[in-house]
Amino acid sequence: MRTIKEINEKIRKGQVVVVTAEEVIDLVEKKGVKKVAQEVDVVTTGTFGPMCSSGAYFNIGHTKPRIKIGGGTCTLNDVPAYTGFAAVDIYMGATAIPDDDPRNKVYPGEFKYGGAHVIEDIVAGKDVRLDATAYGTDCYPRRKLETLLNIKDLNEAVLFNMRNAYQNYNIAVNLSDKPIYTYLGMLKPNLGNANYCSAGQLSPLLKDPYYKTIGIGTKIFLGGGIGFVAWQGTQHNPGVPRRENGTTKVPGGTLSVIGDLKQMKSQYLVGTSMLGYGVTLIVGIGVPIPVLDEEVIQHAAAKDKDIYAPIVDYSQNYPQVIPGSLGEASYEQLKSGKITIQGKEVPTGNLSSYSKAVKISEELKSWIKKGDFELTEPVAKLPAADSGYSFKLLKERPILQKEE
Amino acid sequence: MVSKRIVLHFPHRLVNQPIIYKLVKELDLQFNILKAFVTPQEEGLMVLELTGKRENFDKGIEYLKSCGVRIQPLSQDVIRNEERCTNCGVCVPICPTQALIVDPKTREISFDNKKCIACELCVKLCPPRAMEVHF
Ligand code: SF4
Ligand code: SF4
Repeated sequence: MRTIKEINEKIRKGQVVVVTAEEVIDLVEKKGVKKVAQEVDVVTTGTFGPMCSSGAYFNIGHTKPRIKIGGGTCTLNDVPAYTGFAAVDIYMGATAIPDDDPRNKVYPGEFKYGGAHVIEDIVAGKDVRLDATAYGTDCYPRRKLETLLNIKDLNEAVLFNMRNAYQNYNIAVNLSDKPIYTYLGMLKPNLGNANYCSAGQLSPLLKDPYYKTIGIGTKIFLGGGIGFVAWQGTQHNPGVPRRENGTTKVPGGTLSVIGDLKQMKSQYLVGTSMLGYGVTLIVGIGVPIPVLDEEVIQHAAAKDKDIYAPIVDYSQNYPQVIPGSLGEASYEQLKSGKITIQGKEVPTGNLSSYSKAVKISEELKSWIKKGDFELTEPVAKLPAADSGYSFKLLKERPILQKEE
Repeated sequence: MVSKRIVLHFPHRLVNQPIIYKLVKELDLQFNILKAFVTPQEEGLMVLELTGKRENFDKGIEYLKSCGVRIQPLSQDVIRNEERCTNCGVCVPICPTQALIVDPKTREISFDNKKCIACELCVKLCPPRAMEVHF
C-alpha cells in the first residue's frame, strides 16, 4: 500500500495524515479498515509507566590531573553509580539507592530518593553532587573527586533502558490477609484492590502485536526527546498465547531503548518511590506505526474491550512462581473502576498514566505533522512470535566445594 | 459549648472497644461520625464531630488519649502537587472517602480536598509522591 519512504516524502511535503492509536479506533468503526488504511499514513502510540530496568550513562569529562573512576567508586547525590568502565564513564541505574537508605528495615520502606530521582534531577537541569574515589595509576594518578555536575557540561548523557514498553502486563491482587507492598503498588488484603499497569489500547506493542513495523532502529518519542529501539528488551517473550486480534494474553514482547538525555524533559522521566518496594523510573515512550497495509490498521485498531490482562495473586503465586491465574479482565473492564474476581467486586487502580499516554501520542503526532519527525525503516526485526525466542527461569546449579 | 472535628486513630487492640460510648454516657458529649474505617495496617480510623461543654470536651479528649487513641485535629491539610502528579490513578482504590476519582473521559485524576479526611494513606503510596501534608 505504502512504504516508509513514501510516508517520509509526505511528511516533508506537509501532506501526511497522522492519527493517534485512540483516534484510529473510532475511525475504523466508522469507515472500516479498508478506507482508513487508504487515508491514514501513521498511527501514533504512547505509554507512561514505571520501568525498573532503566538507567542512564554519562561521560563526565576528564579531570586535571586525570582520574580513572573505573574500578573505583562513584555516587551522584549519594546514590551509587556503576563504575566498571573506563576513566570517566558511569552508569546510573533507576533502582540504585544510597548505602545508608534504611531499605525495608522499617517496613514498608519509603525509598525516598534513588537513581531514578537522580536521572530526573539531571534532566531537569539541576546540579548533582558527584563523589568518586579511585586507586590511582601512573596514567591516572588522581584518587579523589568531589564536584557538582550539570547536564549541560557533560560530554554525553544517554538514557539506555534494557527493558521497556511491555506488551501487556499482569493485574496484581492479594489473596492473603495482610497488606503487601509490591512493584505494582500496595495491595490490600483479601482482594481489596487490583492494580494494573498498561496503556492498553494506546500501548505500542499491543498495537503492533506481531512487531511488523516496530523493530531494531525504529525512531521513537523517548522521554520527551528522540530515541531509538536499540534491541529487543530483556525478557522479550514473543511466543506467549495470543488472542484472535494478535494481542498477547500475558506479558509478551519488550523493547530496549536508547536516546539523548539532553533533549529529554523531566515531565516525561519521573523518579518514583514504591512504598516497601524501591525506586523506579516512569518513562514516557511513543512509537509511530507506519500504515504499510490494511493488516497494520486492523491491528492498530484493537480496543480496550478486546485486550485482556491476566489476574495474578502477588501474595503467593508471583513470589513463589506458582503458575495459575485468577482469570482475566479487559482494559475496558479495568477502566470502569472495578472488576469481578472470585465473585467479589474489586476496585482497580492503574499504575500507568493513561492521560499522559494520550498526551505522548498527541505530541508525537504533532511532531510528525510539523515535519520535525521522520520515520525510520527498522534495520532488523525483533524476534517474532514463531521464532522460538523465549524467556526462562534460572536453573540453579550447586557450586561444588573443592576438596583441600 | 464547643464543637470540633477530630480524627481518631485507634491501635489494633482498641478497635473493638466501646470507647466512644463513655464519652456519651459519662460526659454528655454529642458526636457525629463523619467517617470510620479500618486501614490496611488494621488501625481504626474515625473522623468525629464532637460537641459538648468545654470542660467535658477537654475531659473527653484526655480520656481518649489515656486509652491510647491518637488524636489529630482536622486542621491538617493534604494537598496535591499538581506538577508532580502523573494522573496514574493508583491512589483511587486506596482513598477511603473517594476524594481521589478518575474522570471517565479524560482519565485524569481529580482531587476533592473537601472530601479528604487527611488520613494520609495516599501520601506514601503515591509513586511520584505528589500528595503532600501541610500543617
Ligand atoms: S497516585 Fe499520585 S501521581 Fe498517581 S494519580 Fe494519585 S496523586 Fe497523581
Ligand atoms: S489523605 Fe489521601 S487517601 Fe486519605 S482521604 Fe485524603 S485524599 Fe483520600
